[in-house]
Amino acid sequence: MAANNPAQLDPMKTLQEIEEKFEMFQILNEEGEIVNEQANPNLSDEELVELMSRMVYTRILDQRSISLNRQGRLGFYAPTAGQEASQLASQYALEKEDFILPGYRDVPQIVWHGLPLWQAFLFSRGHFMGNQIPEGVNVFPPQIIIGAQFIQAAGVALGMQKRGKKAITITYTGDGGSSQGDFYEGINFAGAFRVPAVFIVQNNQFAISTPRELQTSAKTIAQKGIAAGIPSVVVDGMDPLAVYAATKDARERAIKGEGPSLIETVCYRYGPHTMAGDDPTRYRTSETDSEWEKKDPLVRFRKYLETKGIWNEEKEAEVIEKAKEEIKEAVKKADAAPKQKVTDLINIMYEENPYNLDEQLAYYTEKESK
Amino acid sequence: MAQMTMIQAITDALRTELKNDENVLVFGEDVGVNGGVFRATEGLQKEFGEDRVFDTPLAESGIGGLAVGLSLQGFRPVPEIQFFGFVFEVMDSIAGQLARMRFRTGGAFNAPVTIRSPFGGGVHTPEMHADSLELLMTSTPGVKVVIPSTPYDAKGLLISAIRDNDPVIYLEHMKLYRSFRGEVPEEEYTIPLGKADVKREGSDLTIIAYGAMVHESLKAAEDLEKEGYSVEVIDLRTVQPLDIETIIASVEKTNRAMVVQEAQKQAGIAANVVAEITERAILSLEAPVLRVAAPDTVFPFSQAETVWLPNSKDIVNTAKKVLTF
Repeated sequence: MAANNPAQLDPMKTLQEIEEKFEMFQILNEEGEIVNEQANPNLSDEELVELMSRMVYTRILDQRSISLNRQGRLGFYAPTAGQEASQLASQYALEKEDFILPGYRDVPQIVWHGLPLWQAFLFSRGHFMGNQIPEGVNVFPPQIIIGAQFIQAAGVALGMQKRGKKAITITYTGDGGSSQGDFYEGINFAGAFRVPAVFIVQNNQFAISTPRELQTSAKTIAQKGIAAGIPSVVVDGMDPLAVYAATKDARERAIKGEGPSLIETVCYRYGPHTMAGDDPTRYRTSETDSEWEKKDPLVRFRKYLETKGIWNEEKEAEVIEKAKEEIKEAVKKADAAPKQKVTDLINIMYEENPYNLDEQLAYYTEKESK
Repeated sequence: MAQMTMIQAITDALRTELKNDENVLVFGEDVGVNGGVFRATEGLQKEFGEDRVFDTPLAESGIGGLAVGLSLQGFRPVPEIQFFGFVFEVMDSIAGQLARMRFRTGGAFNAPVTIRSPFGGGVHTPEMHADSLELLMTSTPGVKVVIPSTPYDAKGLLISAIRDNDPVIYLEHMKLYRSFRGEVPEEEYTIPLGKADVKREGSDLTIIAYGAMVHESLKAAEDLEKEGYSVEVIDLRTVQPLDIETIIASVEKTNRAMVVQEAQKQAGIAANVVAEITERAILSLEAPVLRVAAPDTVFPFSQAETVWLPNSKDIVNTAKKVLTF
């Protein structure tokens, strides 16, 4: 009998032991206190201020986007408030040459990675120029099919590996996304090829209305990564320092050729799923909302920075002012985009139009000239 | 000039493009050491290394996702879907992602991907292997769909497909893989996508076909010749986009046409060809444009295959209706 051969079958114990290992990783608690000094990424004061500024800016962007949507001046919009630490602290751990494949709620990350804000507004409005990613901006347009970005991320990362790039691919989905076949195929392919990829699951508790516990009997989403043989962690997704540290750590391993990682960020979306008629009061209580609001990433980070003496009301007001100004400018620029024509769309189907599109182009050129 | 089977011509085309362009990557299930279940990638991993020709985990959607991602890094992926009956597993990557890459990004990105896959009946496969599912592809704007019928065409079309900067679905009829040899130049050459080929000239009737049905149509044309009819056979070669010019020129010459497809009648490449002819050349027609196709059942269990599949006799019967209308 082999030395490690168990005396009896006990799969329950194996499962329990694995699940117990997935404790939530936190550095900054709800009170803005460092509770895990050892893991503190030790960002400089300047970096802390920059990350805080981005979170404040993005909260304003969310508020303005919702209000623009209500005025009919923006189209499809998935609110982001509550997820700032999860979204922005992970993006902040990246370098410019890293490539992001976002889900549709992950517009802030690609904007901070270089996509001009006016284009993000055009994406929301349903204008093709919104997704015309400028040369040198390493992002893909927001994915609509839940989970498809996971298999694509494995491909981008495999391409980086083949090119010998010192860069990583990062992709985002949600707790619902982790139930998709593409989620499993993506992490499995990435593990099998040992590619430089970081998979983030933003567990914001609800996939539209379906609660996290209906998605899977797994205690954590992170533990799904273990089955693919890739290092996986659960972090407090309302804690910017924990998200930053976990992403940085995963990135470093990826760069060193040690393969992909999975990070589950436990967080909450304050708003509706999207602005297209979702009503969260149908599936969650205001008590739950307020419990999560106590964990707010901005509140705790503000406290931390204020205690350090590097943040105050004036500083915050300054960022808010700047955000409002830039958002106004971006809306203006989006307004100035040429009206989208069917002929534009016909011409972006193929490198060269086949006969049918050529004929249809002639028809719509005539139709649109009237 | 070498004599090759269609599968040898396909391997030759892959080798040619692996040599020509270091961005070309060949991957899929069992394409490496094993050389593919049909041996289409025989010897390629040995020649070009595991970095260029590699096996993937067994998941078609993942293979499609890899192709999307690799094209974002400037590669020219040539993935294999082991049997086209498995295409349902990778439909999102094809129809939802690759087909829309150029469109969604306003031309910022494109997907120079060629998906190769065996399909087609007559070789007694298990279920879900042999279906003619090309209509799923041709009804997807953004992809081109190529179906060769000879070794010569297979090589030239595959090289063109790989060099194309938009996604191409390249379907290889299993029955044609080794059923005959043909002359194939050893040097590289291309056949433009979207160009049909007149495989036989004639003046009384135009038969439009593709894939294995080209050979059934040629057989039927010979039989009809014995009865005094001169039949032209057009091999579409690319079923999306169609070569309307060649089709219409032929119909205007013969004034009678029919379309033959191996797929079920309701899965209508043929219907589309009929509609195009009707829209563009109705005044040249002296008879309705009829179709020969498989019945509208699910692809049959293999024992019924030979009856289910259209053959030259079905074609002759329908041709006579068109010729004597």
